[in-house]
Amino acid sequence: MTTNTSEHGAVPFWRDERYIQIIAQVIVVAALVALFYWLIHNLLTGLAALGIPLSFRFLGIEAQFDIGETLIEYSRNSTYAQAILVGLLNTIKVSFIGIIFATIVGVIVGIARLSRNWLVSRIAAVYVQVLRNIPLLVFLIFLSTTVFHKLPRVQQALALGKMAFLTNRGIYTVWPVPAEGWNVYKWLLLGSFVIGVLVAIYFYRQGLRTGRMPLYWLWGFLTFLALSIIAWFVAPGAPLALDYPYLAGRNFKGGQSLTPEFMAILSGLVIYTSAFIAEVVRAGIQAVSKGQREAATAVGLTSFQTMRLVIFPQAMRVIIPPLTSQYLNLTKNSSLAIAVGYPDLFAVGSTIINQSGRAVEVILITMAVYLTFSLLTSLFMNWYNRHTRLVER
Amino acid sequence: MSEPIIICRDVHKWYGQFHALRGIDMEVQKGEVVVIFGPSGSGKSTFIRCINRLEEHQRGTIIVDGIELSHDVRNIAAIRREVGMVFQQFNLFPHLTVMQNITLGPIYVRKWNKDKAEEIAMQLLERVGIPEQAHKYPGQLSGGQQQRVAIARALAMQPKIMLFDEPTSALDPEMIKEVLDVMEELAESGMTMMVVTHEMGFARAVADTMYFFDEGQVVESGTPEQIFEHPQEDRTKLFLSQILQH
Repeated sequence: MTTNTSEHGAVPFWRDERYIQIIAQVIVVAALVALFYWLIHNLLTGLAALGIPLSFRFLGIEAQFDIGETLIEYSRNSTYAQAILVGLLNTIKVSFIGIIFATIVGVIVGIARLSRNWLVSRIAAVYVQVLRNIPLLVFLIFLSTTVFHKLPRVQQALALGKMAFLTNRGIYTVWPVPAEGWNVYKWLLLGSFVIGVLVAIYFYRQGLRTGRMPLYWLWGFLTFLALSIIAWFVAPGAPLALDYPYLAGRNFKGGQSLTPEFMAILSGLVIYTSAFIAEVVRAGIQAVSKGQREAATAVGLTSFQTMRLVIFPQAMRVIIPPLTSQYLNLTKNSSLAIAVGYPDLFAVGSTIINQSGRAVEVILITMAVYLTFSLLTSLFMNWYNRHTRLVER
Repeated sequence: MSEPIIICRDVHKWYGQFHALRGIDMEVQKGEVVVIFGPSGSGKSTFIRCINRLEEHQRGTIIVDGIELSHDVRNIAAIRREVGMVFQQFNLFPHLTVMQNITLGPIYVRKWNKDKAEEIAMQLLERVGIPEQAHKYPGQLSGGQQQRVAIARALAMQPKIMLFDEPTSALDPEMIKEVLDVMEELAESGMTMMVVTHEMGFARAVADTMYFFDEGQVVESGTPEQIFEHPQEDRTKLFLSQILQH
């Protein structure tokens, strides 16, 4: 249809649905552009009137404040830009570790909730219901003030043998450090890893050929594990030594230490988010119709095969989108670290705002960073989701 | 006559307080085609699902091909290998192609290699008349085609017994015939079949024995001729008059 005349005569364009749609979109875009132009113009003239025009030159100035824990070299003399980078890396650290642990705990709790064992399913249900219904900020303050900062003082540290010490200044655990055999061992380890990957690929290919897909990643991992143990004894001298924490004066030295702030924000995010992930997993598994399980059972598959080959691949399609939201939530919620004193991006940013007065710039940077994280996570999850989509007519 | 391939004695089943099966006795010979019919809620589906342990009976004995259905998981697995099942809602696996649907059981349960499984799957698809659909997904097929794939999937395990739980009840009228034709051919090939259905034309043509279920009991059983021409029980007469009216 290329003309808008009909046997009843020409249709005026304001009654033609094709024109109405285009006109509506033009109006919306024009309104949005006008709104943003007005907001930004307002901001810039306001800042200019105050004598502090928008500028990112302050980033090169010395920060003049300390940060409790950093992943990179940082001191009082470092610049604001470096301070922001420290905060950003701390945010990535807690979000990344948090997402991994929240997923593991969430999947376990979600499956446990569907368990036929009454006690197991009840415990999982209580876990979910209690944790979902406490505001995260309240939960974080609880963890910080009544758990991690209420651990005994350094001198009365709660010791788990020689392996770990729990104190109100942090948790100190034994940690492996390279020893004499390490230089050889690290190459053996790399070799074991490569062989493990090759074994996994071999089993995967075999799976494609026979149609019976083995747990190829498991076999690859077990190969890697076995070879790395054998390599341990082959290497000249012990490759790794254990560095035990010990009390030196007023504090512990050696081993690996985790600050109470990091433990509070990490455990808070993990426990809180895992309750939501558990519900997502449960809903996903329940969304697969009962008939699927029955058909798989009737064909003779075991309950593990049914879960792995029939239920889980279908549940994943339902799980992925809300799971993505939970990952984004965890990352954004990590900005509550400021409440327990963990120096994440937002906490560092707040300090910078107080010191430099560059509120607009710092908030813009902070928002841009969180937006970037979220978009990257979404892109990855959308890509994954496309791979698990169903083919319909 | 040899030992019956299915023996049920005094089978009872309760859902909480509800007494769903009230003492079912049935013997099915090898190659026999049994049609079970009756009003909804009469326990027909529950009974047929007890045969391969999708439902658990709570009293009585079920012996399939000489193996007793008990809590022994090895017996349950052995029986499920001998018994194929076709469902009202097809229950094909939507994330797998037609070929993968059919070969899943043979490859993972029978441990056949892929080539053998696919060769047999192809033969079965030809038998049910849709070899050209092998690499499509269930969502791309019509209901009748899906049900024929489901029959091929059950046959791929080379079962000795086939259970059909209202196989045509979810189909559009013009697709019912294509599924019944496949089932009829299967019956002629000597397969032992237990079919829950309301297709009385199919029952009359194919069944060796018919069982009329009501309120969890077998009210009446006999050959199609006995059931259709000389029903003994009033309940059977009433039910038949209702479904044969049209």
